[in-house]
Amino acid sequence: MKKTMFLLLTLIFSMALLSGCSSTGGPQDEEGAGTEMGGGSGTNTSAAGGGGAWTGSPLEDPNSPLYEKVVYFDFDTAEIRPEYVDTLRAHAEYLVNTPSARLVIEGHCDERGSREYNIALGERRADSVKRFLEAEGVSPVQLETVSYGEERPVDLGHNEEAWAKNRRAELVYQ
Amino acid sequence: MKKLSGILISLLLLLSTQVQAKLVIEITEGVEGALPIAVVPFKWMGDAATPPPEDIGQIIAADLKRSGYFKTLDEAQMLARPSTMTEVDFRDWRALRQDNLVIGRIEPNGPGGYKLRFQLFDVYQGEQLIGYNFSTTAKDLRAIAHHIADLVYETLTGTKGAFATRIAYVVSEGSPKSPKLSLRIADSDGYNAQTIVSSTEPLMSPAWSPDGRKLAYVSFENGRPSIWIQEVFTGKREKITSFKGINGAPAFSPDGHYLAMALSKDGNPDIYIMDLARRKLRRVVRHWAIETEPSWSPDGRKLLFTSDRGGSPQIYQVSVTGGDVKRLTFENRYNARASYAPDGKSITLITRVGSQYRIGVMDLRTGSITVLTDGRLDESPSFAPNGSMIIYATRYKGKGVLAAVSTDGRVKQRLALQSGDVRDPVWSPYYK
Repeated sequence: MKKTMFLLLTLIFSMALLSGCSSTGGPQDEEGAGTEMGGGSGTNTSAAGGGGAWTGSPLEDPNSPLYEKVVYFDFDTAEIRPEYVDTLRAHAEYLVNTPSARLVIEGHCDERGSREYNIALGERRADSVKRFLEAEGVSPVQLETVSYGEERPVDLGHNEEAWAKNRRAELVYQ
Repeated sequence: MKKLSGILISLLLLLSTQVQAKLVIEITEGVEGALPIAVVPFKWMGDAATPPPEDIGQIIAADLKRSGYFKTLDEAQMLARPSTMTEVDFRDWRALRQDNLVIGRIEPNGPGGYKLRFQLFDVYQGEQLIGYNFSTTAKDLRAIAHHIADLVYETLTGTKGAFATRIAYVVSEGSPKSPKLSLRIADSDGYNAQTIVSSTEPLMSPAWSPDGRKLAYVSFENGRPSIWIQEVFTGKREKITSFKGINGAPAFSPDGHYLAMALSKDGNPDIYIMDLARRKLRRVVRHWAIETEPSWSPDGRKLLFTSDRGGSPQIYQVSVTGGDVKRLTFENRYNARASYAPDGKSITLITRVGSQYRIGVMDLRTGSITVLTDGRLDESPSFAPNGSMIIYATRYKGKGVLAAVSTDGRVKQRLALQSGDVRDPVWSPYYK
């Protein structure tokens, strides 16, 4: 049941994101879209809760390793930690099997130190993920990188906990 | 006529982007033995019902006080308010232990115009040191007041003043989900803040042209970084680079003809110089490591840059032709974002002390770094054009604020906005 709830929330969230992206109108517009999507996701939930197979994209399946799209890094390094190898291998396999898929790898840093140096460090993190995927057979044509340095933190805190969340590479499928 | 309407339109545009968010300046540490000076409120000679929109004496006094080198006398303590030399009784000011005295008057000069005169006296010698007359308009009253403060500062300290200059900085409002960024410029005292670009995507690394009329900056509009150059007074702007990868850290050469930058289009970030007239790029530094943050020497012959080729970020110097690469910093494990002092004898940089990121100055002759600040996340140091102060970004009560410190570390002040995070400050050159 807990899982169902989680699934429901994820669905609503990702749909809300989708509707948010395409919306050009004001806040009322988005709210309206959100309500409609919420209704739609209810149907999916009962199906999944009853043990049915996932019918959407495997990238959105919480049970798939592809669901993980963030890789975290240690301070001042772009080395991929061993715990992310399986996740990245799953993405490599998906990309190899889905030649039409395009992935942008975003590199991010924590706020410490110089902003421009962090842009460079973020690029190194994105490149590190890109090289890993290429070594697993992904075509370079499918991959792009962009570094946001410390400019797009997910956690606005100023402590180790926040910094650890911000030192990351995000896999953004296009 | 066409030209005139063009000017009018751009003026209107500038006015419409005026923002109310003034930077509030607070002196956090002053100098012992600051020079006592009395700035008498300037006397208004016109109709009492329509006084000038700015209090000139107050602006001058605030500038001098803010420099840390002057202690200004409270208006309430003044025994007299002279506005001409014949009205000055130096004994009044000696009794108040003032070394110097500034007086002035302001009178109407046609519609919207003003005539200003001011005099600076040595109280103990009982003589005038300097005196000037100005004609101006309401719009330029603050600028004239800063100019007078510069003249007083230069006469009494021997160093050119930098009050009639500006700062550029980035403000972040909004949240991670809905970011709102703006690039602003303000007078050196935080007044007249204007937004020159705003975006929902990151804006960073503003850099002034040597005549103070343009700003280069990095904008992530469309999700990817590009370097832009924008005319400050007209708002006209042009995209300079949008290569694959990093387009960052722009820096105008001292003659304004070249722009140094960091690009990673050829694999990893290296230092390039663009000839702006011909749009021709030349790679100056090529290395497998990170190279970024170029900064020109005042004579235009050398660049500083940050590189981690030695295992951690450190400051290096290279000739603009690409030769003579030399590592400059050996103290501390993290040194970045360096730039030269206007006299070229020292550099300011971010240096890590333990786990704290602070602003330092390194004497190029001895190679030793003096740490000037005591924050834990200080960044983006930038010299005032007279080399007396360094403006930088720091954190205060959980917010990004700007701060300035004198080059000798003795005077500190904080410039804060009521809301939003302020960062990436850069001090303008003198206007030409």
